Amino acid sequence: MRKILIANRGEIASRIIRTCRNMGIQTVAVYSDADEGMPFVKEADEAYRIGEAQVNKSYLNMDAIVETALKAEADGIHPGYGLLSENAQFAQKIISNGLTFIGPSPDTIEKMGDKITSRKLMQSAGVPVVPGTHGIADIEEAKAAALEIGYPVMLKASGGGGGIGMIRCNDEQALIQHFASTKNRAKAYFGTDEVFIEKCIEDGRHIEVQIFGDKHGNIVHLFERNCSVQRRNQKVIEEALSPNLSQATRDKMYDAALNAAKAVRYENAGTVEFIVDQNENFYFLEMNTRLQVEHPVTEALTKLDLVKWQVAAARGEKLPLMQSEIQADGHAMEFRVYAEDPDTFFPSPGTITSLKWGDSEYARVDSGYESGSKVTPFYDPMIAKCVIWGETRETCLSNASAFFKETNVEGIKNNIPLFKDILENEEFQKGTYSTKFIEQLKSIKK
Amino acid sequence: MKELTASMAGTVLNVLAGSGEEVAAGQAVIMLESMKMEIPVEASQDGKIAEVKVNIGDFVNEGDVLVTFE
Repeated sequence: MRKILIANRGEIASRIIRTCRNMGIQTVAVYSDADEGMPFVKEADEAYRIGEAQVNKSYLNMDAIVETALKAEADGIHPGYGLLSENAQFAQKIISNGLTFIGPSPDTIEKMGDKITSRKLMQSAGVPVVPGTHGIADIEEAKAAALEIGYPVMLKASGGGGGIGMIRCNDEQALIQHFASTKNRAKAYFGTDEVFIEKCIEDGRHIEVQIFGDKHGNIVHLFERNCSVQRRNQKVIEEALSPNLSQATRDKMYDAALNAAKAVRYENAGTVEFIVDQNENFYFLEMNTRLQVEHPVTEALTKLDLVKWQVAAARGEKLPLMQSEIQADGHAMEFRVYAEDPDTFFPSPGTITSLKWGDSEYARVDSGYESGSKVTPFYDPMIAKCVIWGETRETCLSNASAFFKETNVEGIKNNIPLFKDILENEEFQKGTYSTKFIEQLKSIKK
Repeated sequence: MKELTASMAGTVLNVLAGSGEEVAAGQAVIMLESMKMEIPVEASQDGKIAEVKVNIGDFVNEGDVLVTFE
């Protein structure tokens, strides 16, 4: 591959461009009207406008993206994450046009994109799944299933992801209240109104295993990340390795993740997500068939470049390392800087008037913005990821505190003040937090 | 309450009440999407809708009128 089109925007486009440049591969950026002049557009070797600001008129326009790749004579497309990254139709379209899709096969994407199908597949591969149902036909069936599973339950859209299309129901009344609206929303967002019910794991930890496969049947894991610091079911801080997890459980999770990957003959970068209860029982949640937002945490831990691995795997090369050669070194944390109110998590679009990141040899900042950049309401609120490394978790925490003392983002509301509160919190420092952590932190502050 | 305006720029995701419909204070009338977050725009008091000024998929700026009341 000598030229890659990046079907994405912002920091992930910049990050892919960086690796391609190091590999001697030329890059093509595509941008919407709202993103003209953004750093990633300037950084790519070539850049093409693909449409208006709204995502469905630009970054979700498969025809425009593939046509641009053909016009620019690119030979591969990297989808980044979000947008079209887990769209099997897009992957197939790329392949059908004689281009290389940098990701897993369309068949794998399709199977794992449907939560009910993936639950069934994982069950047959011996991977523990959260107690729950397959598809639910109507409210009567939902009521009966929830009663058997026991409240609270999670009502989920089969096509859902990223926290969208799921709602907690504490009792039958809540289930009745949310059933029809969840089905409607699922249909609007994901094109199918199929929903199912899972047991709600209280005070659980969200831990996921990074896996990687090549076209020759080799599959490895690259350890796990704890992603339990969440607001609105979306991650805010991730760390690797997960604190307070026994080695025995860790090893079992790696085995389960590898079995999950083998069951679908997984190729390229992927993630197997688990929910872990207080007794360290773990259950499969979903498999993400793409590079994750938090992949730099794993890169900081392993000192590997996962985008480089992705390109090599897409070219048909064997994995560069065997399992025994992959080492976890020290501890890493990723902080997602969002343009949002740190108390209400309400979005805060606007212009960044000043941007200053802490100066630390232990920090890596992946940002798609610069001073003067406009954060528009069209895309997600993430403006940067700050990845901090330390020899131990304690050192990592102190490196992070020092980094954020020197960091300043002005012009838009952002969640850096929240990071400062979290870093000073005893439970976070001890690493004993669950997915309820931010909710509890907020109630303490009030 | 004569009109309901957008609290921030975003895309109209859903219109939850139509012309002639009575709505109660606190009831979500329009669902906006901004930065991938769903934001309900709620009636500030009881009233009857005269006209819905937007359609699903429209992009609105902060302060744009979404709904007028009788």
